[in-house]
Amino acid sequence: MTLYATRGLIAAAFLSLAATAGLAQENPECIAPANPGGGWDFTCRQVGKSMQDLGLIAKTMQVSNLAGGGGGVAFAEVVNKRNDSNDLIVAASTATATRLAQGAYPGNTMDQVRWLASVGADYGVIAVAAANEIQTLPQLLDQIKSDPKSISIAGGSAVGGWDHLKVLIAANAYGIEDVRTVKYIAFDGGGEAVTQLLAGSVQAFTGDVSEAKGFVDSGDIRVIAVLSPERLEGEFASMPTAREQGVDAIGANWRGFYAPGGMSDDAYNAWVEKIGALYASAEWKEVMATNGMAPLDLQGAAFQQFVTESVAQIEAISREIGIIK
Amino acid sequence: MDLFASLGDGFAVALTWQNLALALLGCFLGTVMGALPGLGPSNGVAILIPLAFTMGLGPTPALILLTSVYYGAMYGGRISSILLNIPGDEPAMMTCLDGHPMARKGMAGEALALSGIASFVGAFFATWGLALLAPQLVKIALLFGPAEYFALFALAFMTLGGVSSTNQAKAAFAAALGLGLATIGVDTQTGVPRFTFGEVHLYDGLDFLVAIVGLFALSEVFIFLEHRHGGSDAAGKKMEIGRLTPPMSMLKACTPTMLRTSVLGFIAGVLPGAGASLGSFISYTMEKRLVDKEGTFGTGDPRGVAAPEAGNNAAAGGALVPMLALGVPGSGTTAVLLAVLLALNITPGPLLFTQNPDVVWGLIAALFIANFMLLALNIPMVGLFTRLLLIPSRVLMPIVAMVSFVGIYGISGSSFDLLVMIGFGVMGWVLRKFDVPLVPIILGTLLGNSMENNLRRAVTIDNGNWWTLVDSPLALTLWGIAIVGFILPLFFGARVKAGMRARRDEEGSISD
Repeated sequence: MTLYATRGLIAAAFLSLAATAGLAQENPECIAPANPGGGWDFTCRQVGKSMQDLGLIAKTMQVSNLAGGGGGVAFAEVVNKRNDSNDLIVAASTATATRLAQGAYPGNTMDQVRWLASVGADYGVIAVAAANEIQTLPQLLDQIKSDPKSISIAGGSAVGGWDHLKVLIAANAYGIEDVRTVKYIAFDGGGEAVTQLLAGSVQAFTGDVSEAKGFVDSGDIRVIAVLSPERLEGEFASMPTAREQGVDAIGANWRGFYAPGGMSDDAYNAWVEKIGALYASAEWKEVMATNGMAPLDLQGAAFQQFVTESVAQIEAISREIGIIK
Repeated sequence: MDLFASLGDGFAVALTWQNLALALLGCFLGTVMGALPGLGPSNGVAILIPLAFTMGLGPTPALILLTSVYYGAMYGGRISSILLNIPGDEPAMMTCLDGHPMARKGMAGEALALSGIASFVGAFFATWGLALLAPQLVKIALLFGPAEYFALFALAFMTLGGVSSTNQAKAAFAAALGLGLATIGVDTQTGVPRFTFGEVHLYDGLDFLVAIVGLFALSEVFIFLEHRHGGSDAAGKKMEIGRLTPPMSMLKACTPTMLRTSVLGFIAGVLPGAGASLGSFISYTMEKRLVDKEGTFGTGDPRGVAAPEAGNNAAAGGALVPMLALGVPGSGTTAVLLAVLLALNITPGPLLFTQNPDVVWGLIAALFIANFMLLALNIPMVGLFTRLLLIPSRVLMPIVAMVSFVGIYGISGSSFDLLVMIGFGVMGWVLRKFDVPLVPIILGTLLGNSMENNLRRAVTIDNGNWWTLVDSPLALTLWGIAIVGFILPLFFGARVKAGMRARRDEEGSISD
């Protein structure tokens, strides 16, 4: 396998000989802390491809899949073995913050790495099948309030994961006292969860805008609330927000990168600048539009601050619902 | 007639020199990757993604390259199963059961050629199924809720007796061991880690590939080390290669098997929660129940090679249905393909067929082309592959060990997996000493998680009411088949076996 990967790299190196030589990042590498095919893998590959197209990096971004422990294996690897690398970035998202907040990376904390920048956010949605008579988020939450057993909500993350927490944030904001009565069913990924919604096994779905998009377009499911501060733009503008229905709940799955804690300031700044330039490009705007990603433009210190707050917020919710004690 | 017009457009897209060259390249690389233990179709596809991006390929050519690798790997997985008794990937596991005994009998060439043809039949059928029925087939996937999936997995386990012809108790023990191993990792239904001992590497559970390579490949190496003073050189084992093409009579005998298992495998592939491994497994055990009157399955019956190969290739095609039409990956490989589609700004889902017809039909046409290429590539190469048997073990085994280590390290990039693999290797060696079949262990690990999760989902959705498991006609049907498959052999098995033994004595030819 290394043989073919190397061949690809050699080919890439030849193709890009004429391109500008990278200064700080000679051999750019992106760790996707999951198997190929997931969101982190997508982040690495899409960012790597776009950066190369824009000439921000001279060589093809090498994507390494370091799966395990919901990102914990990669986090520990970076902290313990790759702490000084200047070429390395790691894909991260709200799931990373959730696990850091819940102490699910044993012995690791968010301060051990440097947070680089975000490349966008995927707002949470709560949806029901098109044939369901529930039309609004308050209707759904009222029914959960009066008879929690009658509504099963499917999501793609494990119990305590971000898809689960989003529903609980909404339930909490609506005044459901014991959020532990909310019935959440964990599936292997958002796609499987939507399928079970269509199959009628469950009554509601919690996931990201991008996971729901294809089924909204085809008219199979109806989004009853998007957990964004304001309505999304473009083709998503018809989805009502939770806030305008009187439920003050916001849930964004941000996507971004962290770098090893020992990365030099020069390299750190170069990466921040490059990801910033990528974010500002028209090409990235298009990627975001087709994938239903919403703007989240944070770099460097601002991003570091954002992740800190994000971790603190999730820790508070998790404590409240008894996931951590 | 719409179909043929669309398909015609598809062929117009696919039949350019560039696309044909990509399909050929993909088929070749896929076959090689599939044959190497530890390198499965999903890694193969993932490795080639950067290549596709670097070459600046458009959506259709990129998909053609990557799906050719996918189909190629499904073909290639059987090669090492037959020749070395080491499955090249998960679904090829069942091919070991009869493929390797065939090779030992000096029928390696026939086994390889036959499995190539069976793969072709399965994949050809599945591609037609994809072209004709994809939008309708989605409805089948929607019939399966958690309760039905649980019944399906239970069905798979109840037919497990089909795997081991020798000792049912040992097969049951192996399956239980596999189920136990499957519980390692974070439990998604509660978020609680189980049997992880605070080791973050174990949070996601055990990787099946690590288990397979350890159990099959490494234990083979250990066995070799143990016996190295004995007949370890080529002269000691002296395998015959035999003829390279199967006789017409063998093909004729296998045709009904191939057709039946293609249908079964395809349906298993269409269900997002089932996949190719279940497809090849059910194909084998069902076929054994159906046609194995003489008890020759497991001893090198050609039908035992044709069944799982047609099944797993049909399932590979079937798995593309939910991926394209629902955006739900039915297997690891389709998950990677799905990510590629997204990266190419194509949203799979119910509207893909109307919004991007050129991509869909170009892809289907490319699959037809790749399928014929693979058949054309594989049959002449049989002679080349069988040379592998002439390599003395003392040369071959270190290569097997090396490929195993490199392959497994390549998947996750973590040395922890290598230790787990060695652990599995030792376990496989011990279990072989006790004559415990290894296949049920992998099946337990592979299916155990999904089985448990679906059981708990079903029961949770119905608020702890266990009757939900038999609440739909489909679930009842599946349970019915499972019970018939499990109970009947208990009553009739003894009589049939007695009859078999009598006949064997008469013939005096088969012994094991």
